[in-house]
Amino acid sequence: MPERVKPLLLPLAALLAFEAWMRLAAVQSDSLAPPSAVALALAGALTDGSLLTATRDTLASAFAGLALGGAIGLMLGLALGLSHILDRLMEVTIEAVRPIPSVALLPIALIALGFGYRMEITIVSFACVWPVLIMTRSAVGGIEPRLIEVARVLRLTQLDRIRKIVIPAALPRIFLAFRLAAGIALIVAVTVEIAINPLGLGAGIMTAQQALRPDLMLAYLVWIGVTGFVLNTALMAAQTTLFGRAALIGDGA
Amino acid sequence: MKWSVLGWRLASFAVAAGLITLWQFAADQRLISPVFLPGPDRAWASLMRGFTSGDLLTKLAGTLTHMAYGWLLASIVGVALGAMIGSSKTMRAYVAPTLELLRPLPVSAIIPVAIAALGLSQGMALAVIAFGSLWPMLLGTIHGFAAVEPRLYEVARVLHMSRLAVIFKIALPSAAPDILAGMRLSLTVALILAVVCEMLAGLDGLGQWVLLSARSFRSADLFAGVMLLGVIGYVTALAMDAAESRLLRWQAARR
Repeated sequence: MPERVKPLLLPLAALLAFEAWMRLAAVQSDSLAPPSAVALALAGALTDGSLLTATRDTLASAFAGLALGGAIGLMLGLALGLSHILDRLMEVTIEAVRPIPSVALLPIALIALGFGYRMEITIVSFACVWPVLIMTRSAVGGIEPRLIEVARVLRLTQLDRIRKIVIPAALPRIFLAFRLAAGIALIVAVTVEIAINPLGLGAGIMTAQQALRPDLMLAYLVWIGVTGFVLNTALMAAQTTLFGRAALIGDGA
Repeated sequence: MKWSVLGWRLASFAVAAGLITLWQFAADQRLISPVFLPGPDRAWASLMRGFTSGDLLTKLAGTLTHMAYGWLLASIVGVALGAMIGSSKTMRAYVAPTLELLRPLPVSAIIPVAIAALGLSQGMALAVIAFGSLWPMLLGTIHGFAAVEPRLYEVARVLHMSRLAVIFKIALPSAAPDILAGMRLSLTVALILAVVCEMLAGLDGLGQWVLLSARSFRSADLFAGVMLLGVIGYVTALAMDAAESRLLRWQAARR
């Protein structure tokens, strides 16, 4: 059997079996729908635009949160990576705040900011700070010491040193950090929407569930999966084209 | 050398204490409305009160139970399934791409499906937490099994080891770092999903506690709950660290 067909067999067989079972046993359910009905619901939601609006809302909050949290994480990571003293002084504070699960901030953001984009962006950015901070710090800390020596010999100012030596040398790993943070941003955005925020894809899937429309609910689920997959693939492709083999350093997955 | 480490540690604690003092100052001066930001004194008092009157303790236990059951179930299923798929080349070719396809799916998106199927119940929370924490361990185990040094398998063949013996004596130990990394990631996922499920289904736990506190504007109770959640995250990560360094001691020695 050709290698390229193998991966497709399992999902196709599962879908067919599921469809056949739903049809033949005439299952009536509030939680399941045959794949054909899901596909129809997906097409319907795509054509009337509701799905695209929801996607836009979710991605807007996810990316805004990623930009904000990523910027904070990058600054802190650069500062801590460059200065050993600062790194050691902030250790306890960072270790104390970092383990707080992002969704635990949900109620605080809710009473401080109310429903809407601002609250969601705040939580997403809190979640994005940490991976960027940690990976930037270790990337900057792991720069070849000779490059720093070169900077010293050339008498570069601190700003030039960061701009011309540190950031280019650490860039592949910083990009990797942002890629991972982008995945987290999407997950947190959808989670916040499902838990409480009446906005975007997460709210859409909850509404479909409460309206007892399993076909639409599963269509949303599939669409959320597709969004996650496309985002991940696009960032992965960007990483390889931008950095080539250098991007693979430290990428465990 | 030892003293300087201790010194830095103390200085680091001092910085944290300074920040808490700043927080106290901001709260006392009402720079931020006390409705949103209680001082650390009030949050601490609320934490102590919650523990002595007992309510917070049951909530803490609730969250820990949800996490533990879901995570343990996922660990058993994840490692077993991962071993099954990872140890066979055919299975890997057919199944692994589908799993990789599902990896970027935000797992919280299955919460509505679980609610529709199981209602707002403990079973729903268990299913969601287990499903969510399953992925990192499953993929970690498959990856670990696939990356086992091929010569070890050759040795196994020469020794006529059974498939079970190969899994337990060769594959599992050498895949242990990947599996443990997956387990660590799963712990975080389990905590987050436990909190979300408690919020949505009103199950006894810290998630429900913080949400109810926010709804009735009891910000001190809210912060106490959030601090406790942070402590759970910290302690579980610490326990994982200890388990990891103990289980992987033989590898560290070899390097």
